[in-house]
Amino acid sequence: MIKEKKNLFYGLIAVMLLVLPFVYDSRSMIILLTQVFIFAMFAMSYDLLLGYTGIVSFGHAMFFGIGAYTIGIFMKQFEPTVPYFLLAVLVTVVLTAILSYIVGLLTLRLKSHFYAMLTLAFAGLFLVLAEKWRSLTYGNDGFTFRTPEVFRDRFDFYLICLVAMILVFVLLTRFTNSPLGRVLQAIRENEPRAESLGYSVIQYKIIASVVSGVIAGLAGILYSMSLRFVNTSVFTMDITLDALLMTIIGGVGTLVGAIVGAGIIEFAHHWLTQLAKVHWIFERWIILFGIVYILAVMFFPKGIVGTLQNMKKRKKHTVENKDDKNISG
Amino acid sequence: MGLIETTDLTIAFGGHTAVDRVSFSVDENHFKSIIGPNGAGKTTFFNLLSGQLTPTAGKILYRGEDITKLSPTLRTRKGIGRSFQITNVFPNLTVLENVRLAVQSQAGIRYQMLVSYKKYKQVEAKAVEWLELVLLDNKKETLACNLAHGEKRKLEIAMLLALNTDVLLLDEPTAGMSLEEVPAILEVIRKIKETGDRTILLIEHKMDLIMDLSDSIMVLFNGSLLADGTPEEIMKNETVQSAYLGGVGG
Repeated sequence: MIKEKKNLFYGLIAVMLLVLPFVYDSRSMIILLTQVFIFAMFAMSYDLLLGYTGIVSFGHAMFFGIGAYTIGIFMKQFEPTVPYFLLAVLVTVVLTAILSYIVGLLTLRLKSHFYAMLTLAFAGLFLVLAEKWRSLTYGNDGFTFRTPEVFRDRFDFYLICLVAMILVFVLLTRFTNSPLGRVLQAIRENEPRAESLGYSVIQYKIIASVVSGVIAGLAGILYSMSLRFVNTSVFTMDITLDALLMTIIGGVGTLVGAIVGAGIIEFAHHWLTQLAKVHWIFERWIILFGIVYILAVMFFPKGIVGTLQNMKKRKKHTVENKDDKNISG
Repeated sequence: MGLIETTDLTIAFGGHTAVDRVSFSVDENHFKSIIGPNGAGKTTFFNLLSGQLTPTAGKILYRGEDITKLSPTLRTRKGIGRSFQITNVFPNLTVLENVRLAVQSQAGIRYQMLVSYKKYKQVEAKAVEWLELVLLDNKKETLACNLAHGEKRKLEIAMLLALNTDVLLLDEPTAGMSLEEVPAILEVIRKIKETGDRTILLIEHKMDLIMDLSDSIMVLFNGSLLADGTPEEIMKNETVQSAYLGGVGG
């Protein structure tokens, strides 16, 4: 019953977002929401690692960047047509899958912080590669490129990103609620115990890593397509940190939280930058952001969605306890 | 030949030999208790049997096969399940989910990723059955971390039973329990024993609890095997009396 209500609620929001561009054609709002959808996908993929499997990765940007660069290079070096677009998607999927498999294999055997450091190093490697391989990447400055006809309209692109986000959400909800997904959560809770129950932890971690890496790559594709530009910033720590903070603020271990977090952070970015006209302090919005992060981690360690869920559970729990007492009394 | 056999099983941590050349054997469907004072190496011995630790020397045979180098995962799949002395559950998952994960593993449902776990009704039903056996079915939806200590122990046992392994290694199942809770756990162990199709190794401190349950008792002292025999033999054994029992049973 509750679950049906929840699905209805999500469905309603999805429909509202779908009709939004038809009733409210503010270009900047549409572009902003497109960014939200893209980062929501990226944050969800990150949450699969952090929130569901308990893996802390500081190198998630490398998958995002690979997607972003692959599409850019294909569109620039070949033709901006749909077949090349599809080919770029395929290449991204293959590359991110192989890379996340290798990273998983190499590093998942390491304990948490060693793993985090190694992912950081891996991402750094790609940043350097993107800077130095000038013939392909045009170095630090990056390059602009044209996208296929069908993706050029902002409103169409908005819808494409929205649909992609919904697909990723549905897919990951399925995935995390599958028998395999439940094992991932068990690994997060108590890795040796999961092992002694007969699950081989490393394989589960690799599967989570690959699924997460591929989705991050796809988000990267949409990101650079929305800008029609790509530079080395897609490989930087900032991108990983964005995903980390979106997941934490929204609520670790809840896919909805990742979406909410992406929304909040993207909108906050946008508004705070605009406020710079009002007062110079907002030009340093990143300082304000820092304070918000600290407060969020201190007072809402479970994030917005996590805290809401807890409140609901506690309510339910007290009701149950009352029932118990009534029965025993 | 026994179901599990060890030959000269030894593990040393630096200069300290925690388990020292222990050779023992347990027959199928046998109930063997392991006693010994604190620090005798009982839990370490279990860790060697279940694969949490790798021995520095010696061999472990299971059904005649050398499993000395096998991972805990594979040993569980082969049929050696264990419970832990320090409660070792999934704290932020519900009680039902804890047991369900064990049943799921036992049923060999490991990598299905595109169907909801709720589709596997028989897994959940089986999990509820185990919870009924250990009298925890009224706490199904509680998070494991919110259970009382004794309840966590029961959950731990339910998870072990759910694996349906041929061998059960029970590490002090009643440790840290209040006296009122102990009989319920013993009742569960007695029930399992009565089905007669499991081989049970039990570590226990409370001698009186295990005398009538055990087919045999082995005594560890400073990492070595001090004695191994029927409960009566152990009670009469003078070395055991002086080393450990200190005339308690006298």
